[in-house]
Amino acid sequence: MKRYLALVLAIALSLSMVVGLTGCAKKGEGSVYFLNFKPEADQAWQDLAAKYTELTGVEVKVVTAASGTYNDVLTAEMDKENPPTLFQCGNAGALKTWGEFCYDLSDTDFYKQMTTDDFNLYGENGELLAAGYCYEAFGIIVNKTLLKQAGYEVTDITDFASLKAIADDIHARASELGFDAFSAAGLDGTSSWRFSGHLANMPLFYQFRDDGVESQPATINDKYLDNYKNIWDLYTTDSATTGAALLTSTGEESTAQFGNRKAVFYQNGTWEYTNLVDNYGLAPEELTMIPIYCGVEGEENAALCCGTENCWSVNKTVPQEDIDATLDFMEWVVTSDEGTTLMAEQFGPCPFKKAKEPDNVFFADANRYIAEGKYVVTWAFNYTPAVEDWRAGVVDSLSKYVSGTGEWTAVVDSFVNGWAAQYQAENEG
Amino acid sequence: MSIFSRKPNDGSHGSKLIRRPMQYWMWLFLLPTFAAFCIGFLWPFAQGLFLSFCKFKITSVWEWVGFDNYVKALSDASFMHSFWYTALFAIVSLVAINVLAFAAAYALTQNIKGTNIFRTIFFMPNLIGGIVLAFIWQTIFDGILIAYGTNILLKTSYGFWGLIILMCWQQIGYMMIIYIAGLQAVPEDMLEAAKIDGATKWQTLTRITIPNIMPSITICTFLTLTNSFKLFDQNFSLTAGRPFETLADGSVIKTTEMLALNIYNSFYSNVTNRGVGQAKAVLFFVLVVIIGLLQLRATRSKEVQQ
Repeated sequence: MKRYLALVLAIALSLSMVVGLTGCAKKGEGSVYFLNFKPEADQAWQDLAAKYTELTGVEVKVVTAASGTYNDVLTAEMDKENPPTLFQCGNAGALKTWGEFCYDLSDTDFYKQMTTDDFNLYGENGELLAAGYCYEAFGIIVNKTLLKQAGYEVTDITDFASLKAIADDIHARASELGFDAFSAAGLDGTSSWRFSGHLANMPLFYQFRDDGVESQPATINDKYLDNYKNIWDLYTTDSATTGAALLTSTGEESTAQFGNRKAVFYQNGTWEYTNLVDNYGLAPEELTMIPIYCGVEGEENAALCCGTENCWSVNKTVPQEDIDATLDFMEWVVTSDEGTTLMAEQFGPCPFKKAKEPDNVFFADANRYIAEGKYVVTWAFNYTPAVEDWRAGVVDSLSKYVSGTGEWTAVVDSFVNGWAAQYQAENEG
Repeated sequence: MSIFSRKPNDGSHGSKLIRRPMQYWMWLFLLPTFAAFCIGFLWPFAQGLFLSFCKFKITSVWEWVGFDNYVKALSDASFMHSFWYTALFAIVSLVAINVLAFAAAYALTQNIKGTNIFRTIFFMPNLIGGIVLAFIWQTIFDGILIAYGTNILLKTSYGFWGLIILMCWQQIGYMMIIYIAGLQAVPEDMLEAAKIDGATKWQTLTRITIPNIMPSITICTFLTLTNSFKLFDQNFSLTAGRPFETLADGSVIKTTEMLALNIYNSFYSNVTNRGVGQAKAVLFFVLVVIIGLLQLRATRSKEVQQ
């Protein structure tokens, strides 16, 4: 018996060595290794990569980091002998870490396909380090049908005062109507980014606009934090879920409240469209997206919050043939029929000449506001230093505030002082 | 001739014909294990030690900075906080787990009906992974705390005692098995002699049983102590360090963050220099080794030679 066991082990050992050796076999042509950070798009990328390999014979490996682990995975992968040739660098913080690994894209055929520089990220000497390949919009998603049942039209909402009046009224009549104003503003990890990230964009955007900030600031002030409080209080008062229950309330729960027609308003973005229509069966015509109003002067002229964290960077530390293969692949993705279809389906509108129109009413809303001449609220939070840590601090203080165990001043502290501390930590090295 | 009359060294292994080549080829047999040890432990350890003196983003690109990282690590308020927090946690869980595990073992060696079922059930929590376990307990705690309008993430003491309960629940069964093995090995004749001499139950326990199971106590206290210091998964998924305390300068103390989690966080959040996290990890290693050795020595000296 033992002899057979030894034999089996010996065979296993030699086999694993053979496998290991073949792994070392030299690659002929350049290949592509894409580290994708959107788990929901994984299957689409895998299919597209297979299609590209089938057409051109170039090997395309797509690895998707599990939700929330992209940075850890990227750190580990960059160290390997065959690091990713294509990855995402979505904001100022990411460029600070990975900027020195990014290939200058400004002189490539891929870049020539782009229609705007608005979503691109540049290095200190103007090199194009990360190219924004799609953009997104967020705001308050409204169920028009429910709003009508409550006796209002979307056009009645033009600023914070009107939003609050309507929300208060719906909340007061919630049991009679059978639905509430806002879906849960949950602070569980699956939902809190909507408030520590997206909602926090409002005070940041207005302050940066006033101060003319165009690069990552070392400090921020509390000028518009009262407005942040306005809207946060509204979300957490005029809702079926309030108080300490918000700490365990998930993103799924909030989506379900809105999707099952238990709430009129739901703060989220264009990416939620497919889920609402396909999984919850909401009709496109009953959905619309309005700007987040928080009581800032002139906000009746605001459009949706448009921007992106979806930016591609090419790794310049890999062999030139891999860089070339990667650039060819990127160009194919944004020009071919298969590629542009995937981009429109997965990412919505993309700033490329041959991009397809997505069928997503929220983008139509975004464009309508812009066409009406309203100002776009850009993604000011892309300047956040040590994003995860700063947001974690804000979520923690919001949790205490909403459950009644902490003061609003602590939220202001985590916002303003937290920013300064994270900036300093990140920049002193 | 029976097998018992053989001298220990009388077997074929003792023969020169076999011993010589074995001595000669010994290195060959040791090589795979030694290679694995080098690849899996020695090399990463040496590399880690080296990197703790460097500034780096990825491990293959570094810049030597000397003791800079160690200075930063030791002057980091959150690191010191997590050290004392971990120490407190280790002491409380050491006592709680061992007392309860011993009590359970003692009870289950008294010929109670269904002993085996109890043993199996008590052991089972140990088979669940730390992350999952913490999520289960988080749901339980929150389910209770929400009735009082609060949450485990809102108070440091909730997080602390929550983690203690969780670790007790997970580890008591495992330690209990070790204690049971120890209790079953206490010589019957000693217990009988004590009985004849008129010793009370308490005297038998403290004078006979406990001295005889010192090896089990050594192992169990050693395991619980080092487990507490190295605790990561449960801490990570139960509270992840919350609630936070923001200091005047805006820096954050994660009040329920233990050492391992602090190291992890400083490694991954300090994107421009992961060396500080690395230096903390080296300090952590030294600390765990020292504590382990001291503790082993202290309990070994109390063991009874049978």
